[in-house]
Amino acid sequence: MQAYPGLYPVAPPQSAGPEPLMTSALAPPQVLTHAGFDALLAELKRSGHRLLGPIVRDDVVVYDDIESTADLPRGWTDVQDGGHYRLQRRGDDALFGYAVSAQSWKPFLHPPGQRLWSARMRGDAVQIQPEPPPSERMAFVGARACELHAIALMDRALLGTGPGDPYYRARRAQVFIIAVNCSVAGGTCFCDSMHAGPQVTAGFDLALTELSDQSPPVFLVHSGTTAGSAVLAAVPSAPANAAQIAAEQTILAHTRASMGRKISSTNLHDLLLGNLQHPSWTEVGERCLACGNCTMVCPTCMCTSVADVSDLSGERISRSRRWDSCYTSEFSYLHGGSVRHSTAARYRQWLTHKLATWHDQYGSSGCVGCGRCITWCPVGIDLTEQVRAIAAPPAG
Amino acid sequence: MRTVTRKSRLAVWKFASCDGCQLTLLDCEDDLLALAATVEIAYFPEAGPMNSGHYDVSLVEGSISTPAALEHIRAIRRRSTHLVAIGACATAGGIQALRNFADAAEFAAAVYPQPEYLRTLATSTPIAEHVPVDFELRGCPIDKQALLEVLAALQAGRQPVLPHHSVCIECKARSSACVMVSRGSACLGPVTQAGCGALCPAYGRGCYGCYGPQEAPNPAALSARLGALGVGAQTMRRLYRTFTAEAAAFRAESERHGA
Ligand code: SF4
Ligand code: SF4
Ligand code: SF4
Ligand code: SF4
Repeated sequence: MQAYPGLYPVAPPQSAGPEPLMTSALAPPQVLTHAGFDALLAELKRSGHRLLGPIVRDDVVVYDDIESTADLPRGWTDVQDGGHYRLQRRGDDALFGYAVSAQSWKPFLHPPGQRLWSARMRGDAVQIQPEPPPSERMAFVGARACELHAIALMDRALLGTGPGDPYYRARRAQVFIIAVNCSVAGGTCFCDSMHAGPQVTAGFDLALTELSDQSPPVFLVHSGTTAGSAVLAAVPSAPANAAQIAAEQTILAHTRASMGRKISSTNLHDLLLGNLQHPSWTEVGERCLACGNCTMVCPTCMCTSVADVSDLSGERISRSRRWDSCYTSEFSYLHGGSVRHSTAARYRQWLTHKLATWHDQYGSSGCVGCGRCITWCPVGIDLTEQVRAIAAPPAG
Repeated sequence: MRTVTRKSRLAVWKFASCDGCQLTLLDCEDDLLALAATVEIAYFPEAGPMNSGHYDVSLVEGSISTPAALEHIRAIRRRSTHLVAIGACATAGGIQALRNFADAAEFAAAVYPQPEYLRTLATSTPIAEHVPVDFELRGCPIDKQALLEVLAALQAGRQPVLPHHSVCIECKARSSACVMVSRGSACLGPVTQAGCGALCPAYGRGCYGCYGPQEAPNPAALSARLGALGVGAQTMRRLYRTFTAEAAAFRAESERHGA
């Protein structure tokens, strides 16, 4: 990879998660019935976790609070394409038979708004009240391989080697993760190209594979941490047989073969950075709405801006940060104006950061191939097409 | 940090409009006392008798649609340190700007028995077309928290912290399902300025654009998609010509879809 004359220091790739997480091959997998899975969720709840998992709301699969498996999107799957999402019946009782939810776990680890401190003036004295980091324990139920990779990327950026972000750290440190191997790829998925799925390999406490065509339907369960093993040991399960273990690989092979999109991930860094004046940037800039949806749904877009507000009396002030996006003009506003004034420049910033300069900054790609930016772009702009347009020899 | 040394004088003015925006001020319930402690409401026809003199802040509701209004807004500008245009009428001509696309005299003849007594302009236009405006607070109606933020900012001598980007960013921040992607409904959110908290999509409806164009609107690209979703020329024209028809980007786009 050629060195990009950028401004970023090269951080050595490292796991910055709160607890080292093991890979799946350590303990023999167990088998869990739907009733056993419910008992497992109840056990997590009992131990003080807020259960978060997929539900259907307004015709879309989203992550929200759940009570039990009764809340999960039983029997639903999704049809996804550029700017298009519809739910469809599967004809079975699969609980995780959809591909990828509308939003990732990002809002729970790195919420859209976060107060940092507030202050109060009393006479000439200023009292500063720091905002304490939250202490909630959350359990993520149904995290996909691409999402675990995205969380690892956020860990690297927001925890890093320095003090990191105390709010992210506090939320992240207490998360219990139940991952799911994808049994179906969505129309915009390309995790296989990004080496970020569909099989979960690290970063989970428990990992499930849903064997929905068995009767009764069961889950194959791997423990990734001692915390995971302990919760699993507290509920009834049985050792998996050879056929069940083999079924997992068959399912994953099918998922790999059904990726809706693909991208050539060999040296995207040099390809994109060597073509900053390619005419296709202008062309995509004409179609792009600068609406920011792609950055909002991307599980690795974590930029924020910080603002101070005062109340009417001028006696109370608070500082908050909120999600921001490289598509807004304020984001790149320096003295006198925005340095990325055209939409084409903003799109180029987003894509080259995600696929190229992220390597310089963090030692890996910033894209995990979840496809959300394609599905949830109102006009269906597709980064895999953009990469192809740039890779194509110039016309004429 | 500046402390408040004297109450600032606030006036609320009304031109062609429905009163909804100025009533937002009275709707500030819990904050009215704090407001009264820092601001002297010196002129407010909705709330009491009139006063005279110079104002630190003039909130101006409504569009300019008569020759008398044209004179009046200039006088208000002269009497105001800060002039804040509030609402879709004052910032983009309002619904009444639909007359700009038709023959106002014909409308008058259809509605009034003796239209010759009317003194009206052929157009309904935003305040900023006639006098310099210090801040435009968008929306139909405006949001009361945004109004309080503008007043607090003016009081402190800082910039109001209010967004100029798309509604979509607020829509995603509240985890609403995108009605365009998940239902194929027409939504002006991508070309409209945020500030409402993405109210309409949260109730399953596309945005009607009542906050007017966002900072970098690309309605032509949105229309191309809406066309593919089955929106015809007439509907397209009406979409861009509802609350903020006179906003330049929406006006130009509506005209691309016929007169
Ligand atoms: S860039 Fe797109 S496909 Fe890649 S991680 Fe972000 S949302 Fe997913
Ligand atoms: S690429 Fe799509 S989602 Fe992203 S800013 Fe442009 S139009 Fe919006
Ligand atoms: S519903 Fe409308 S405002 Fe919300 S994300 Fe979709 S296009 Fe944007
Ligand atoms: S969503 Fe659009 S129409 Fe609805 S309140 Fe917001 S800006 Fe107005």
